[in-house]
Amino acid sequence: MSEQLAQVSTSTRPRGLWDDAWDELKGRPIFWISSVLILLFILMAAFPTLFTRVDPHVADLSRSMEEPSAEHWFGLDRQGRDVFARTIHGARASIIVGLAATLVTTLIGGLLGILAAYLGGWADTLISRLGEILLGLPFVLGAIIILTTFAGAQSGAGPALVITLVVGTLTLLSWPLVARIARSAAYSVKHADYVQAARALGAGPFRIMFRHLLPNVMAPVIVYGSLMVATFISAEATLSFLGVGLRPPVVSWGVAISEAGDYIRQAFFLTAFPTAFLCVTVLAFVMLGDAIRDALDPKLR
Amino acid sequence: MTQSGERGPAPSAEPVLEVRDLVKHYPITRGILFQRSYGAVQAVDGVSFDLRPGETLGVVGESGSGKSTLAKMLIGLEGPTSGSIKVHGKDITELDRRGAKRMRRDIQMIFQDPYTSLNPRMTVGDIICEPFEIHGDVLPSSERRGRAQELLEVVGLNPEHINRYPHQFSGGQRQRIGIARALALRPSILVCDEPVSALDVSIQAQVINLLIKLQKEFGLAYVFIAHDLSVVRHISDRVSVMYLGRFVESGTDTEIYDHASHPYSQALLSAVPNPTPVGRESRQRILLSGDVPSPADPPSGCRFRTRCWKAEEICSTDDPELTVRPGSDHPSACHFAEGPLEVGGPR
Ligand SMILES: Nc1ncnc2c1ncn2[C@@H]1O[C@H](COP(=O)(O)OP(=O)(O)OP(=O)(O)O)[C@@H](O)[C@H]1O
Ligand code: SF4
Ligand SMILES: [Mg+2]
Repeated sequence: MSEQLAQVSTSTRPRGLWDDAWDELKGRPIFWISSVLILLFILMAAFPTLFTRVDPHVADLSRSMEEPSAEHWFGLDRQGRDVFARTIHGARASIIVGLAATLVTTLIGGLLGILAAYLGGWADTLISRLGEILLGLPFVLGAIIILTTFAGAQSGAGPALVITLVVGTLTLLSWPLVARIARSAAYSVKHADYVQAARALGAGPFRIMFRHLLPNVMAPVIVYGSLMVATFISAEATLSFLGVGLRPPVVSWGVAISEAGDYIRQAFFLTAFPTAFLCVTVLAFVMLGDAIRDALDPKLR
Repeated sequence: MTQSGERGPAPSAEPVLEVRDLVKHYPITRGILFQRSYGAVQAVDGVSFDLRPGETLGVVGESGSGKSTLAKMLIGLEGPTSGSIKVHGKDITELDRRGAKRMRRDIQMIFQDPYTSLNPRMTVGDIICEPFEIHGDVLPSSERRGRAQELLEVVGLNPEHINRYPHQFSGGQRQRIGIARALALRPSILVCDEPVSALDVSIQAQVINLLIKLQKEFGLAYVFIAHDLSVVRHISDRVSVMYLGRFVESGTDTEIYDHASHPYSQALLSAVPNPTPVGRESRQRILLSGDVPSPADPPSGCRFRTRCWKAEEICSTDDPELTVRPGSDHPSACHFAEGPLEVGGPR
């Protein structure tokens, strides 16, 4: 058949969106640099003892605010604890909050967005309006209100509970952004002929939503999510700095910056090191997010 | 050109599809919280027909005449406002969930646009196997890919291309993939909604010939929708002409093409180029004046009267029924149904 011959020339290996995006990513130095940095930070978060043997909680008050030296590279903080050890150990809180909040936000936002698009009608109205209300709240103010209401009430809360609360707050305030993206991506194909064809074959709601709508939603949500990690990491630091997020004895960059804030003129290094780590982490995630967006975007139309 | 008579089904066979007084009105509403109805778009308004095994009914009408709405109701994608659709004697509008799913094995659809009817993120194999996944009891999973490859072969594609994505195929090939998917559950009826109008003219005939071949091979019955009469002639046993949600004339191939009695059919026919210059009376081209009225506010009486050159008083007061009238041999919804003799131009 003549039609058939017309296209034999194209490659025989099946190629989809993800293959193309991967090819694109592979060729970008930015992608490799940010990936290596992120892996380093993840390693730091998972196994801090690989980087330092010093216990971040051991305090020697007599050596309060000692300058960096060969023994203590980043110096000692006000209570005489090793700043290098505390900075290394601080990676865990940032990475956990950033990744967990992103994961939960994209899952919940993605699911609600697809549901809104698929169900339409009052369910769509409800989800969309609720999202608009939450987005109308200034982010930091909203987080402060929620965290002081829930976390403030229980000052004895353990680190795990506080981290969960922070993740929950970030998720609650951010899912509408993901839901909006997921909804419009799902809505754009909801009436596509191939979805009609699946319905005509007898496909149920789950198959339609997860087999046909979800793949279309994946790319934009992944792009958005990869940029969101950086936002959440800085939001965690901001909230901890303001004293409503994580707090001592949890070791975190935000907590360290907050504690050092009062002595910024006497001991600048106390602020400088955790801030530098925070900035590099955020930057690494922003770069990775950008690279992923550039690789996926041309196919997002 | 194949004569339809050769392909025609045994007239005695029980119809596989019986459609009676099918109506679809889309309410026009305003307001978000308190929806109020402001009339309705009468997309389909009283359509009836029978379809026998192996038979093809061509449905022809301009854009907006309600063809796609009719097709969607036939395959159960839209619920009718009223009327009945019986597939193998069972009314599909009264089926429960399981019954409705079972019914989908009997009636399938081929879509107009081969570029939007295949999920771009699925391989051809996944697309053709989807019917088997949905109806898991039809075929054990180990046999599905093999069956998908057989189906590719049946529709004239290379079975080795099973792992490719839709964008690696041409329009005609994509339409063949859509046909393979529609055939997977071995339906007895295929609804084809303008299956070739998005394709190059050179490819159209190939796809139509494939459909004719498949019809013979599997005894399929087709409802074949098109917006111009020349496309359906080759494949149809009977043709119905649709205007503003209604069938205005129905008949066999010859009854419509040589003895059209409704002014609208005559106008459509006059736009079809003569296939053979000799042996057919030369037709004068009839140009219709005016636009198709809105289906939300169709004209009183005969719906065609605003564009009809033969309209008289009675046309605006009495709605002409689709029946056989004296002087003609097939149903036509015109008070002045006539043979082809005096096809006059518009005044
Ligand atoms: N979901 C809907 N809601 C409201 N009106 C609709 C809807 N679907 C179709 N219509 C209207 O019903 C009428 C018939 O539409 P339909 O798509 O069935 O026409 P068609 O004959 O298939 O036209 P085309 O040749 O353009 O495909 C049109 O006026 C259309 O605007
Ligand atoms: S009934 Fe009247 S208006 Fe309608 S088609 Fe016949 S002549 Fe024309
Ligand atoms: Mg249509």
